[in-house]
Amino acid sequence: MGKISNQTVLDKLNQQFGDKISLAAEPYGLLTFETTKEDIIPILSFLKQDEELKFNFLTDITGIHYPETALPIGVIYHVHSFVNNVRVRIKVFLEEINPVIPTATVLWEGANWMERETYDFFGITFEGHPGLYRILNVDDMTVFPMRKEYPLEDPNRVDKKDFFFGR
Amino acid sequence: MSDIKLAEAPPGIEGSGFFATSFDKVIGLARSHSLWPLPFATSCCGIEFMATMGSHYDLARFGSERPSFSPRQADMLLVMGTIAKKMGPVLRQVYLQMAEPRWVIAVGACASSGGIFDTYSVLQGIDEIIPVDVYVPGCPPRPEAILTGVLKLQDLVKNESLRRRNEPEYKELMNKYGIQ
Amino acid sequence: MDHPIIAARHELTETTTLNLGPTHPATHGVFQNVLEMDGERIVSGVSTLGYIHRAFEKIAEHRPFYQITPLTDRLNYCSSPINNMGWHMTVEKLLGIQTPKRVDYLRVIVMELARISDHLICNSILGVDTGAYSGFLYLMEQREHIYEIYEEVCGARLTTNIGRIGGFERDFNDTAFAKIKKFLKNFGPVLKEFEELFNRNRIFIDRTAGVAAVDAETAMNYSWTGPILRACGVDYDVRVNEPYSSYEDFDFDIPVGTNGDIYDRYLVRQEEMWQSIRIIEQALEKVEKEPKGIFHAEVPEFYLPPKEEVYNNMEALIYHFKIVMGEIDTPKTEVYHCVEGGNGELGFYLVNDGGRSPYRLHFRRPSFINYQMYAPMSAGMLLSDAIINLSSLNVIAGELDA
Ligand code: SF4
Repeated sequence: MGKISNQTVLDKLNQQFGDKISLAAEPYGLLTFETTKEDIIPILSFLKQDEELKFNFLTDITGIHYPETALPIGVIYHVHSFVNNVRVRIKVFLEEINPVIPTATVLWEGANWMERETYDFFGITFEGHPGLYRILNVDDMTVFPMRKEYPLEDPNRVDKKDFFFGR
Repeated sequence: MSDIKLAEAPPGIEGSGFFATSFDKVIGLARSHSLWPLPFATSCCGIEFMATMGSHYDLARFGSERPSFSPRQADMLLVMGTIAKKMGPVLRQVYLQMAEPRWVIAVGACASSGGIFDTYSVLQGIDEIIPVDVYVPGCPPRPEAILTGVLKLQDLVKNESLRRRNEPEYKELMNKYGIQ
Repeated sequence: MDHPIIAARHELTETTTLNLGPTHPATHGVFQNVLEMDGERIVSGVSTLGYIHRAFEKIAEHRPFYQITPLTDRLNYCSSPINNMGWHMTVEKLLGIQTPKRVDYLRVIVMELARISDHLICNSILGVDTGAYSGFLYLMEQREHIYEIYEEVCGARLTTNIGRIGGFERDFNDTAFAKIKKFLKNFGPVLKEFEELFNRNRIFIDRTAGVAAVDAETAMNYSWTGPILRACGVDYDVRVNEPYSSYEDFDFDIPVGTNGDIYDRYLVRQEEMWQSIRIIEQALEKVEKEPKGIFHAEVPEFYLPPKEEVYNNMEALIYHFKIVMGEIDTPKTEVYHCVEGGNGELGFYLVNDGGRSPYRLHFRRPSFINYQMYAPMSAGMLLSDAIINLSSLNVIAGELDA
């Protein structure tokens, strides 16, 4: 278990950022909260640079898509403090069309590929990223395959067509 | 007396001081026992191929002593693992670089049919882009299965007529894949 | 001072572009690096990946929980059981299932065997790349024995699909235990011999010591985890920091390096294998003390009942039907669980909406994140050093591209 409690982390954040932090919860003991794209980088750098918290390790960046909500595209950060052995999950929600969020590569080099992967899958533009192009999929792909409306199977397949039952 | 087994001589006419048989059979025999594999290993099945090549199963016993990593000097392309659409052109390129006669084994479900990955990014079987001679089922196939695949290919090679690759059927097959 | 002719030539030198991969024999797997070379030295490089991108995360959104285990097999296929167990534990955490101690210990045995087989491949391949093929042949034989144990436990060799949500599909039989004991007895001497071949081998040390050294600061900046981070001197190991599967009951050390070079990575992996042997020995003892015959948690709503029961027992049939059809409610929440995989922190981020399959499942794949530094760190290296650097990172293509 962590050396400092989630409450301490949350208190410190609230003190610094006040109402910019919303919907704090602790599913399975992992402090989770939401913020906005304007505040994400200040919060991350505060977490990283604070003397007591020392969230110096970026575990992961990924995306999520909730169609039919007001802000359907989410970016999810997991950061970890090795010293205190606590983790924090931060979520930012963005608009469907042309979502933009500032890059975290200014804080961690490791964010580079994680953001490229998120861009590749969800089409989220990370502003200020040094080289934001597709990483896993073929370069000439036009869609963002992890969005919910995109089907799993290749839509151009013909060999599965069945005369009686359709596809 | 060593216990090395020699290959059976092909049927032919034998007399004192001579032995006559057809070219087809001799060349087929020679080819089938010295197939140089080109391992094109992309994922999990490649690890099983490592075991096949390693000391325990020892592919070298069947005349494939030298895994060739250059397509120019290989006869048998072993495609092991998932071929994504991004990889497709590379695989085709490798195939084109091989000299005739060339044979292809698709090892594992992924190479044969796409396997469990029925997705937008995976090629549903390498036979969409290159002709395949032997399919080895399994996910991954056991090393024994890979060996059986190689043995099956040896049978094919042994019985292949020398003119096969000049025949119109073969040309047609190649044209189907857009290979001249 | 350079000889004037050489100095003059430097002025005129043009760099060459070398396309290394995606099917280069010296890179074990499908990695492409386009390198700009000045003679034998790398000036800069760009990695391309995705050559076996298989859309795991998209598939996972369409599969029920228990069918995702086969997908995790194919992430890091050198140590599939760790991935399997990691996934089971994620779902168990989501559903609040408490597994009995015996299950935990059995899992530890399988996971540590997997760790041995993973490190064993990496280190022996490192030997091959530095020109010592014999080590590979020594250790491959041992990996075969680990596969035999897997076969005894679950029936498969490589893509194991070991276990179910809640435990194992069947108990370990006596042959399995006998084989594990035999393996422990035989493996130590072989590993020792391997170390004697390499640890103080002049050629090996010359090739690896001081090559591709990374300091802890940079490694953490690039989010490295696993043996390569520990080789830089950071003692981060998920097994200790956030113990899962009763790792807290075991007594073992975390080896750390000092320089973060290839030699240190080799030594760390080597020592971890010894520690794994220690853990397995302890686990065997602990399993003895637990009541026999327990191999899964008593959670009929989530644990697939054995087939005989399904055919002969009404209740089992109902549960089987409910599990397969996904008619059991699961909590609408999210969970992050991580295990110490062969290459580092293997995380599962699962968002559940109460349905049959995950709403979103993200794998934090250590190979993907560790590989990121490869191209930047290659700059200034000799090409041959860059090759062994790649094998010492132990990047597994399946995990890299998912
Ligand atoms: S057939 Fe199975 S084992 Fe082989 S590459 Fe495909 S998924 Fe991996």
